[in-house]
Amino acid sequence: MTKSELIEQLTYDNEVLNKREAEMIVNSIFDSIGQALVEGDRVEIRGFGSFTVRERDAREARNPKSGDIVRISAKKTPFFKTGKELRERVNIP
Amino acid sequence: MTKADLVENVYLKTGFSKKESAEIVEMVFDIMKTTLEGGDKIKIAGFGNFVVKDKATRRGRNPQTGEEIEITSRRILTFKPSQVLKAAINGPED
Repeated sequence: MTKSELIEQLTYDNEVLNKREAEMIVNSIFDSIGQALVEGDRVEIRGFGSFTVRERDAREARNPKSGDIVRISAKKTPFFKTGKELRERVNIP
Repeated sequence: MTKADLVENVYLKTGFSKKESAEIVEMVFDIMKTTLEGGDKIKIAGFGNFVVKDKATRRGRNPQTGEEIEITSRRILTFKPSQVLKAAINGPED
């Protein structure tokens, strides 16, 4: 499912919404989450999961083509932890 | 930030009531949960991809007791952030 398919499904599930509104809402949700993470805030969506920013230490790695050692500086990376409800729903044994 | 803040932002942007905004936000996450439950992935351009992966049974150890146990096969959800989101989080100097 892509973002446009998500928007389409939303207009299908909620007949009051037109496509432009559905698009604005879906964009608002992901923009808001992204912006919160940029500000270092944690985002928790009950039943879905939580987004946090994790710090990665600086490290040395190798360029697999040339074998050269490259320094990779410390950086931040977004991390998602699946919520209990979704984890259980996804896990069909 | 919680779902209530997402609802507030939708309310401010759209002119829908708070109740309607809450229902719509809930609906978006419901669609996503149902899609992922069905094993389908979700790709949000500029944000990241939610991907369902099958993990095989493997041997593990209880880190507390050292006892060897079998970790059963399972289906898990992973999130791969987009380059755009990663770059935004690391600031303009990166």
